[in-house]
Amino acid sequence: MKINIKYFGMIAETTGKNEEILDVDEGMSTVELKDRQIKTYQIADPESVQLAVNHNLNTEVELKEGDEVAFLPPFAGG
Amino acid sequence: MRYDRQIKLDEVGFSGQEKLKNSSVLIVGIGGLGCPAAQYLVGGGVGRIGLMDHDRVSLSNLHRQVLFDEIDVGKSKAAVAKEKLQKLNSEVEIEVYQEALTIVNAETLFQQYDIIIDGTDNFETKYLINDACILTEKPWVYASIYKHEGQLSVFNYKNGPSYRCLFPKTTQQNVSCEATGVLGVTPGTLGMLQATEVLKIILETGNVLSGKLKLINILSGTEQVMNIQSRPEEIEKIRNSGIIPVKIECELRDKSKTFLDIREIFEQPKVASDNVLQIPLSTIDEHIWEIPREGEVLVFCQSGKRSKKLVDLLQAEYGFENLKNVEGGIKTIIDG
Repeated sequence: MKINIKYFGMIAETTGKNEEILDVDEGMSTVELKDRQIKTYQIADPESVQLAVNHNLNTEVELKEGDEVAFLPPFAGG
Repeated sequence: MRYDRQIKLDEVGFSGQEKLKNSSVLIVGIGGLGCPAAQYLVGGGVGRIGLMDHDRVSLSNLHRQVLFDEIDVGKSKAAVAKEKLQKLNSEVEIEVYQEALTIVNAETLFQQYDIIIDGTDNFETKYLINDACILTEKPWVYASIYKHEGQLSVFNYKNGPSYRCLFPKTTQQNVSCEATGVLGVTPGTLGMLQATEVLKIILETGNVLSGKLKLINILSGTEQVMNIQSRPEEIEKIRNSGIIPVKIECELRDKSKTFLDIREIFEQPKVASDNVLQIPLSTIDEHIWEIPREGEVLVFCQSGKRSKKLVDLLQAEYGFENLKNVEGGIKTIIDG
């Protein structure tokens, strides 16, 4: 199934892209997806990274076809 | 009449203008975010504004910190801002705090204001604002910038989520605008949106961005809003234990910074890292020459008291300009 991933802040720089469409196994969870992307791109400080599924943060769910998953890092500039 | 154009609006009117006049807002950090926020709130007639910043104006601030002119370089940001803002609106009462927000002064200060604006550029102060707002039951308007991106939200508003609900764990990548670069308009845009949230809170109108995180990318021209869920345990732990200083372990790994451990050799726990210099306070007199005079040096002890005294002394009597005391001592540097 295909899911749409969006990267923000320094994660977009680490991955070299703002978004991508991934073909993943049916039933993949947000936790598994996060682990996979952290490993693939060597994303720093994984514990601080928050995921939003279809614009809802802090949800640990089983992903569905067409879901949009955002990877959000904290940043503090001002 | 000064406020005519906003009083004409149904959402403001004479009663709204009265609400603005009777409100108070503390702006922590008078930089790229704080300058535009302050201008619009003073212009709009918020009755009392607090301006807090320990920093001085530098030339590289001017492209985004729009209250300052070339002639202000070297002067106190908060003091200059007050002078400029008072010219814009003499009816507004403006208080100036030329000091940093700390664990010691945060709660007392916040109690004197209705709403807090976060115009800061580092995680430690953002978590400090968050915790002090929970303890004093004040809403705060958050914004952060990374290059062309901004995050905006209102925390601790009518039992809404807090910053710790959004980011329970901080990161080791504390990158400021100085380090990454930023267009002046990015904090400008976010600062104005912070002022907008303040106006909505005071006027009790529109949809306050509580429980929402707005993400703006000025380069791609896109905006998204995410829903933040409350994590009650994150709020409860602050109510129970008070302000929890955020670990600056990230900085321990930042090799451009040096840490100076002034605890005696028997004091535990030890911190081992090649950028930690160990000079016990009892022997400091003979070793002052070992303390670098360039690059930031963060001085710490067990609680932050002895190191504060030492920093004050080294600044006053030995002319050090690069020392910073680690508030809260050793426990803010290491885990646990």
